[in-house]
Amino acid sequence: MSSDILTSARLRLPGRLRSAYIPVLATAGLLAAMFVAGGVRYEGFASGQVVLNVFIDNAFLLVVAVGMTFVILTGGIDLSVGAVVALSTMVSASLMTDHGWPPLLVVPLVLLIGSVLGLAMGCIIHYFEIQPFIVTLAGMFLARGLCYVIGTESISITDPDYTAVAQARIALPGEMSVSVSVLIAVAVAGAAAYVLHYTRLGRNVYAIGGSEQSALLMGLPVARTKIAVYTISGFCSALGGVLFSLYTLSGYGLNALGMELDAIAAVVIGGTLLTGGSGYLAGTVLGVLVLGLIQTIISFEGTLSSWWTKIFIGLLLFAFILLQRLISARRA
Amino acid sequence: MTALVRHRLFWPAAVLVLLLAANVAFTPGFLSIEMKDGHLYGSLIDIFRFGAPLILVAIGMTLVIATGGIDLSVGSVVAISGALACLHISGLPDQNDVGGVLAAVGLALGLALVLGAWNGFLVAGVGIQPIIATLIIMVAGRGLAQLITDGQIVTVNSDSYKLIGGGYWLTLPFGILIVLAVLALTAFLTRRLALGLLVESIGGNATASRLAGIRSRGLTVAVYAFCALCAGIAGLMISSNVSSADGNNAGLWIELDAILAVVIGGTSLMGGRFSLGGTVLGALVIQTLTTTIYSIGIPPETTLLFKALVVTVVCLVQSSAFREKVFQRRGRRRPAAPRATDDEKVEVPA
Repeated sequence: MSSDILTSARLRLPGRLRSAYIPVLATAGLLAAMFVAGGVRYEGFASGQVVLNVFIDNAFLLVVAVGMTFVILTGGIDLSVGAVVALSTMVSASLMTDHGWPPLLVVPLVLLIGSVLGLAMGCIIHYFEIQPFIVTLAGMFLARGLCYVIGTESISITDPDYTAVAQARIALPGEMSVSVSVLIAVAVAGAAAYVLHYTRLGRNVYAIGGSEQSALLMGLPVARTKIAVYTISGFCSALGGVLFSLYTLSGYGLNALGMELDAIAAVVIGGTLLTGGSGYLAGTVLGVLVLGLIQTIISFEGTLSSWWTKIFIGLLLFAFILLQRLISARRA
Repeated sequence: MTALVRHRLFWPAAVLVLLLAANVAFTPGFLSIEMKDGHLYGSLIDIFRFGAPLILVAIGMTLVIATGGIDLSVGSVVAISGALACLHISGLPDQNDVGGVLAAVGLALGLALVLGAWNGFLVAGVGIQPIIATLIIMVAGRGLAQLITDGQIVTVNSDSYKLIGGGYWLTLPFGILIVLAVLALTAFLTRRLALGLLVESIGGNATASRLAGIRSRGLTVAVYAFCALCAGIAGLMISSNVSSADGNNAGLWIELDAILAVVIGGTSLMGGRFSLGGTVLGALVIQTLTTTIYSIGIPPETTLLFKALVVTVVCLVQSSAFREKVFQRRGRRRPAAPRATDDEKVEVPA
């Protein structure tokens, strides 16, 4: 009888592994299919630079989505990310242009503001047991409100060092190039993947997402971990804001309106369950690339209006949510 | 006194009274209501009138949240319903034709119902988490609204359509009457019939309620459809008030305001119990806050800061964990405070 259990366990293991990978593999397959379809349909699409441009245009979204992945893996949600991105661009632009601060001072300050905001939200969520949805919603209002207090107009960044970094292109073989933002975003994604999959903090994040009650009973540091993920998300949003200001070279209170939706969509399309406890960082990276490639295809098509982007993203969300549902139903 | 402070609606009502008092202090004639050309005018009427769409959406949202769900798609439904109605009316030979306007209203509300039923089907039929299931229409719906209006702002010039959001009837703004009608109907259906109890039982435990013989699936679909219908009516009101439909900006963030209104009104996001009166109070708090900011002369760009402050304060004083940690004495008197939420789920407020 025990051998029966053993064999069935052995038989089930690969299946379970595979079913956890299916959403990520599906996203990767979709990405490849979109790229091939684009290459067949449009001239000049199938080049390395087009792929790199997707990275360049979405570096900030990638960083924000990485932070969001941490929060969603614990079963929470962070609606404040778009507003924090806007606040970061606004603070950077105002300090550098209006007050002449050096970027080396501004960037750490901005990152600190984002992290402190995340830390505060995490503390309120954990210690006062208020739903993350409401707390981060208040955080979103606060950050957007602060933007408008700083200024209602768009402020352009003219600092010579900052613009030099923004315009710098790192040459790659084959006449391709990337911006500094891409390097930062890839480094952040790499570091986050390491933390999630190879450190104690990462295991705790998955454990809390699986069942907070069990994690608490197992003696895991639930309070520290939950506050940490919101701090990470705040930090990533602030860093995303820095990258956004590098991309647009301006600060504006209406920047990144609705970016929280894009970030959540990227995480879901990447195969992470919104209930928490299941998902991979690689999926999030693929999700961001899928969103970016949709925009690229629509701009290549030329005749399609911008709102088709939203409709396509909605359809994709539906398809992937259905896929996840089918997999989890089969597993159960 | 303690009984009064402990009452569910004490804190939202206190905030509302505080806001109104602040208004009276700054603008002495704030509470006065006068009659001009057979219409009632006054700041209080304006709060109701401009808050009407939010109250409507929040009523629908309350029922959805009572089932343990959430509906993020209402903002998009607001935009779609306004866009469809305006598009239909702008194509009429005579824009004042009552039949044509009624057809447009029916068309828009019909589509809203379909979208709501789709949300309900995803939640109850397929078993997707509500927050994601409604995220689909939230994202795709904005695109759909822009597709309907072709990315333009559709303007109409119809007096009959203007009545819905900007007109008067029986000396009151027509929008207020619609809200009163929907509120009365909802209150009757949920509190005089067993429907409200059934909805709360789904929020308490969907499986248990199904085993107890409640058709939880059908009821869930109906609740989402009702929420979308409310959003559809709100969309008609908003677009009729400005005689145009803007697929991009109509109803933007109204879902967040509506959820806030529900939470401020004391309905738990976990589901299982709800308070329509609280929701109306919550929506009025939000609308009064906006009005206050304009009338006191605080720069409008800081509206969001004040909103953040009020939301945080209201949520904190409602959180039993917060009260226990800050007012230590009360915490010691009731050592089993965390359980209080579970007990409250059972009670059915009238």
